[in-house]
Amino acid sequence: MPSPYNDIVLEHFKNPRNTGSIENPDGKATEGSPACGDMVSLYLNVDPETKIITDIKFESYGCASNIATGSIITELAKGKTIDEAKKITWKEASEALGGLPKIKAHCSVLAVEVLRSAILNYEEKHGLITSKEPTTEEIVRKRLKKVMNPIKGLDMVATHLVKEIEIKDGVVRILIDLPENHQFANSIKEDAIEKIESLWDVDKAIVEFTD
Amino acid sequence: MEKVYYMDNAAATRLDEAVLEAMRPFFFETYSVATSEFGYSLGIEARDAMEDARGRLATCLGADHDEFIFTSGSAESSNLAIKGVAKALGEKKGKHIIVSKIEDFPVLYSARTLEKQGFKVDYLNVDEFGFVDMEALEKLMTEETILVSIQHGNQEIGTVQDLEKIGALCRGKGVLFHTDATHSFTRMPLDVRKVPVDLVTVSAHTIHGPKGIGGLYIRKGTAISKIMDGGFQEFDLRGGMDNIPGAVGFAKAAELVTVEENRRLREMRDKIIQLVFDQIPDVILNGHPSQRTPQNANITFHYVEGESITLHLDMHGIAVSTGSACFSRSLEASHVIAGIGGDHERAHGSIRLTLGRFNTMDEAVFVVETLNKVVENLRKISPLGKEKE
Repeated sequence: MPSPYNDIVLEHFKNPRNTGSIENPDGKATEGSPACGDMVSLYLNVDPETKIITDIKFESYGCASNIATGSIITELAKGKTIDEAKKITWKEASEALGGLPKIKAHCSVLAVEVLRSAILNYEEKHGLITSKEPTTEEIVRKRLKKVMNPIKGLDMVATHLVKEIEIKDGVVRILIDLPENHQFANSIKEDAIEKIESLWDVDKAIVEFTD
Repeated sequence: MEKVYYMDNAAATRLDEAVLEAMRPFFFETYSVATSEFGYSLGIEARDAMEDARGRLATCLGADHDEFIFTSGSAESSNLAIKGVAKALGEKKGKHIIVSKIEDFPVLYSARTLEKQGFKVDYLNVDEFGFVDMEALEKLMTEETILVSIQHGNQEIGTVQDLEKIGALCRGKGVLFHTDATHSFTRMPLDVRKVPVDLVTVSAHTIHGPKGIGGLYIRKGTAISKIMDGGFQEFDLRGGMDNIPGAVGFAKAAELVTVEENRRLREMRDKIIQLVFDQIPDVILNGHPSQRTPQNANITFHYVEGESITLHLDMHGIAVSTGSACFSRSLEASHVIAGIGGDHERAHGSIRLTLGRFNTMDEAVFVVETLNKVVENLRKISPLGKEKE
């Protein structure tokens, strides 16, 4: 069958590992992307002494690359400590799957995100989190690194789409180096707004285009 | 080859062998261009074949021979209808056009192109079934309005508009009316002697004819300018090489569609919808239950995503399409589902099945059985829809 997905991806898509939920998990999170509508939930149990992830389950309301990445990320994280698991990157997950189509990167990034969010949720619940810091250009930039540029299959910071960032009175203005009527302008905009508006001290994110 | 269950006939259809046979002589024997009546014999024969095809296609619409021009397909036909009328009337009469929100891309993007050139475009709302808002249409038309473009059968949800009513409204205001009939031509009756429509887009690719040939009906006296320069082909409205095998194949394809076949498609469509609703919980029918093209079924399966469904179905040899953003080249969810008031979620899990001549009732049953299994498995791993269990 001619497919944009390789055999490893298709195998994980057909037979996803560690699916389902955990009752009363130690940590859990849900991530959704308005850009493509996919959603993924992840549940963790962590050994309180060793901080090793002893059980992990995921659920996906998403496309093939979302399901396959959810499957691989749970395999990669299981048996690791939460500090090790936090460091698993999208690149590692994608490599473990033998590569994903570029345009599908943003659907799979969610599955990586959700693991970090579930660990954060565990840390917050168990008093392992330091105090909140005010949003800076650096923090905004870091967040935008999670927004995929579907043209390149890399994030919007790495592909130089972010031209300007302005932070003032809880409003973050982002200028993106794309024409407003570009094929992907809308999906990038929605994704960026979602990532920035979830910051604790940001009331509103405004995305503008250069053309 | 593994058996294929092809239910994406709105995108393209398998060529009918009889169409290929009709076309064959125009590749190997009568392969010349169509010449004028003063040309050589081969060219005159080619011309006669082309004009015969034109006449037969015009007749399908109740039109005269010289009211039908050949194009490269429905995208070109709609481009010519909209930009051609804008070119002819923009300076003379006004720069306002109206299209529905759920038009197919050739109409929608032709309108957007005109917008960039200074035209005012209104995108007409539709109701939950996809029917255009007639009151709003009447209110939107002004002295400046030169064209209304509202499709016949919708490409995704199959909703069939009341062209007679829309046409009458346009006629009353002296506004030209174009309809994109790509997905209804020969499948639903459309007679330009009864329906006051001035331009009709049709194509061969949806009715088991060849790809790369379509047509535009242009009512006599309609103000339109050519947008494709070339020779003086097609009554000097569309320059370019005559596609004689295509024209002959198109006419043959139109001739092969029968009332009986359309009845059979309608039965299969209704069987699919009925089986899905009997067997699979949490589904919605997109479009109207009866006012839809006979070949179209479009259903949203809650809690699951369309690309995942289509990929699983593909592994069983089933070809269908989805309005999910993940499936589209632009990563945008279906504008049609959004147009009928559907949210992202409704588009996310929508599946379009479009039938054709070569589908059977057994295939319809197998496809729903497989859909049932696939949706059930995907729902098992979905975070949504669990609270009821």
